[in-house]
Amino acid sequence: MLISQKRYANAKVLTLSGRIDNGTSDSFKTGLGAHVAECRAGGDRLVLDFSGVDYISSVGLRALMLAARQSREQGGTIVMAALQPVVREIFEISRFTMVFDCFSTVREALAKISPSALAAYDARTPG
Amino acid sequence: MPAVRVKFWGTRGSIPVALDAAALKERLASALVAASGHDVGTIEKARAWLERGPGSALGHTFGGDSPCVQLEAGAAEYVLCDLGTGARVFANRVLQRHGPASPQVFHVFMSHLHWDHIMGFPFFTPAYLPGNRIVIYGCHRDLEHAFRRQHAAPSFPVPFERLGARIEFVTLAPGRPYDIAGWSVTPRRQDHSGDSYGYRFERDRRSIVYSTDSEYKLDNAADAQAATAFFREADLVIFDAMYSLADSVSVKEDWGHSSNVVGVELCQLARAKHLVLFHHEPANSDDKIASIWRETVRFEEITRNGVPLRVSAAYDGLEIEL
Repeated sequence: MLISQKRYANAKVLTLSGRIDNGTSDSFKTGLGAHVAECRAGGDRLVLDFSGVDYISSVGLRALMLAARQSREQGGTIVMAALQPVVREIFEISRFTMVFDCFSTVREALAKISPSALAAYDARTPG
Repeated sequence: MPAVRVKFWGTRGSIPVALDAAALKERLASALVAASGHDVGTIEKARAWLERGPGSALGHTFGGDSPCVQLEAGAAEYVLCDLGTGARVFANRVLQRHGPASPQVFHVFMSHLHWDHIMGFPFFTPAYLPGNRIVIYGCHRDLEHAFRRQHAAPSFPVPFERLGARIEFVTLAPGRPYDIAGWSVTPRRQDHSGDSYGYRFERDRRSIVYSTDSEYKLDNAADAQAATAFFREADLVIFDAMYSLADSVSVKEDWGHSSNVVGVELCQLARAKHLVLFHHEPANSDDKIASIWRETVRFEEITRNGVPLRVSAAYDGLEIEL
């Protein structure tokens, strides 16, 4: 489970890759934790880019729920983007699409949560 | 080797649920539309169409009664899990079969003592008939008290002392296998308000796990490992799938129930063969439960990591042969 990050104005895009299962969920939680701490009112908005994730287990989903709860208490925003079809189905079957806003692309997610982040994103990715 | 058959007499969680008039009308309307163009002109043909034909999904309601499951392996003595309102229907069938003057022995394994799991006992007619023997097993120290209290005034008009059958209570210790009625039975403590206990039944190289009213949290590695060992290669797992995963880890966290998703994951980890979704949420309609079942089948397909896991949704009247 790898997490890389890019900043676009007041938003951070965390690009996840690999499987989020019982064996990798601890590193996922740890990796996510520091970013969630900064996800607060007036702080970072988070986009989790799932394009490199091909599986997430209930343990990984529970870690997401805890992150959502913490960020909500802090007044922050976390959204999901670019879920692969299988992962999208897992989100739907587990009803996590009712917990998180899930966008088709990172750009769509940024457009929803921060105009300034979208502008920064578009400036860095021509076309 | 005798066939092992599991009969579901009550499958709804928390409180019995009846198909109301509006839902029945919808069901009949769906059946009429689905039957259009089929030869269902006699009652026999209509029954066959509902039982084996395209109408089979319309031929039952998830209802229904609260938990009661029977394990049958050709022995004379009856074996049940829980005494929810499904036990009343079971008892009626027993009386129809043997009549009131033929003494029977019943072994009942209690998951816990919440109301939905004991509320069938005051209407369990064999308890009123002298000559019958009912042995109630459980791991709760207040097992007997819970049954006696339910019969006491002002809750019920017939005191426990007036029941005609010989009724025994046997306290089991979790983690220990017991030989009872031809089965090797091992109880296991589960996470539920006031604790609940799952049971693993084994005989003739076949195994059944009854695990209801249990909240499994697989992010605790030790708990996940212990649960996986309990489910190991079971032929059938009867599993509390009351909530969605999202509900069970948010607004309904620590309410003591699990989800279809965790049921599949546990069975996959344990290489179990057949998962039965059980203890249905009372707020869910038949259509909703059928939809959850289809989604669970799909979830198993897209997350499969080896041998396929069969997935069923329990309904009152379902029988599964192992």
